Amino acid sequence: MEHVALPPWALAAYLGSGVLFILALRGLSSPATSRAGNRFGIAGMTIAVIVTLLTQMPIPEGHWWPRPRPADLATFAKILAAVAIGAVIGLTIARRIIMTAMPQLVAAFHSLVGLAAVLVAAAAFLNPGAFGILDSAGDIFAISRVEMTLGAAIGAITFSGSVIAFAKLNGNMSGAPILLPGRHFINLGTLLLIVGLTAAFALESHVGAGESALFWIVALLAFLIGFLLIIPIGGADMPVVVSMLNSYSGWAAAAMGFTLHNTAMIITGALVGASGAILSYIMCKAMNRSFISVIAGGFGSDDAGGEAGEKIDRPWKRGSAEDAAFIMKEAQQVIIIPGYGMAVAQAQHVLREMADLLKEAGVTVKYAIHPVAGRMPGHMNVLLAEANVPYDEVFELEDINGEFAQTDVAFIIGANDVVNPAAKTDKGSPIYGMPVFDVEKARSIFFIKRSMSGVGYAGVDNEVFYMDQTMMLLSDAKKMVEQIVRALQD
Amino acid sequence: MDFISILSIFVLACFIGYYVVWSVTPALHTPLMAVTNAISSVIVVGALIAAASAANPVAQWLGLIGVVLASINIFGGFAVTARMLAMYKKKER
Repeated sequence: MEHVALPPWALAAYLGSGVLFILALRGLSSPATSRAGNRFGIAGMTIAVIVTLLTQMPIPEGHWWPRPRPADLATFAKILAAVAIGAVIGLTIARRIIMTAMPQLVAAFHSLVGLAAVLVAAAAFLNPGAFGILDSAGDIFAISRVEMTLGAAIGAITFSGSVIAFAKLNGNMSGAPILLPGRHFINLGTLLLIVGLTAAFALESHVGAGESALFWIVALLAFLIGFLLIIPIGGADMPVVVSMLNSYSGWAAAAMGFTLHNTAMIITGALVGASGAILSYIMCKAMNRSFISVIAGGFGSDDAGGEAGEKIDRPWKRGSAEDAAFIMKEAQQVIIIPGYGMAVAQAQHVLREMADLLKEAGVTVKYAIHPVAGRMPGHMNVLLAEANVPYDEVFELEDINGEFAQTDVAFIIGANDVVNPAAKTDKGSPIYGMPVFDVEKARSIFFIKRSMSGVGYAGVDNEVFYMDQTMMLLSDAKKMVEQIVRALQD
Repeated sequence: MDFISILSIFVLACFIGYYVVWSVTPALHTPLMAVTNAISSVIVVGALIAAASAANPVAQWLGLIGVVLASINIFGGFAVTARMLAMYKKKER
């Protein structure tokens, strides 16, 4: 099994670009080093692209360096045009996207990686000579058949799954889970069929360029299973799904890296695959859900709105913006707990104004972020950063949870389940076991909520509403914070 | 390279990925997803090879479309990551 040998400088350069990608992720260990990390990533990509273009030109015998012919230059003009089209579209999107829409954007980008993987696998199948995967008899290596089929299948699942995730996150499609009867059997059967047909494809005795329908059937089945896997998953579980598809896009790149014997692709694929898998794990743990139960679907409709709430006849206190302003001004420490509702109301900027006014009055203000706040991992941190909240005022759950007992005010805006003590006490609750903020230990609690009838996506009542130290601020999040800001300025 | 060497690189890279990603601060998990998305577009290498070979016109067109898709991701992914990272600021003292 000999592949077309690449010159040693090209192999070294691909390895270098793989190392630069590792450094790109390493940089993200702190915001201070992250920007340098991103530049490492750009450098790695530039090297990989330039090396690939150079090695595609003919290298004369005895030379290390390519000598392009006129025909090659025409081909490269086309390729550069393709890159330019992609660059214009990509940069335009990156500049225009609003930060609340980041989950949709990432899902859309995943779908492109998936589709690109399918196209590359199909091209390798149709033109195996160019990829150096033909044996002397003109057949595609059996192992290359497995690798390219896996690449196409994972890519196709990533594509169609991400399209559904995008539609659900973007509101083109209801966030409610769509449950087909017998879906577990259909899904499992389709997956087994994909594995079986891939094996059959590898075992065929002669497969020249494009000479088997099995490759296309597997790709089609994989597109189908991508749709089927994601439609039963509810909108609220999308953070897990987006992380999972992130992981898949990495495995697809790795599979194609095996086909091409390309170290940059293999290293990158492994990094991205591991990254997505770890993020899915973190999200599942933060919701106390098993990965299997998320994938099985049927949980967490986004539209759990008012109708799910039962009639509430327990006493609760209603507060006003003036009450909140007065009490917070006198406080030593205020912890703000933002949830997705804050992002929907676009209240992050006015919230930061409120925090600034409190800080001027000598109050310590901290932000507490739950891992599943927002619609993707770390989403809330980006939204606060966009509103110019310094990142050293923003704390993770485990770092701040011990502080509530010494905190005067817990200010809850757009969050619900993540402050529900039922997760700690009520074994029958659907959110039991999920790590939550100990807000009930704070001296006073302000809870911004649209009305008393709505409940969180898990559809459970929250004991915090009825506590002695709680004041409910019933209003749109942005309007309420604006009123508090006005009251603070008076 | 034979299959086992490639597999070795892959397995070791998985371990590197595991440790590197756990060291990423949770505050940067969204940029992490954006940048991993950008770098997974290194699949463009395969698209470029297909686009550069005239041996099969269909494969060449698939390659060119692949180059467009991957380029959207590369430029969009790195640019949006840079835009997000520029927003993370420390307290002014």
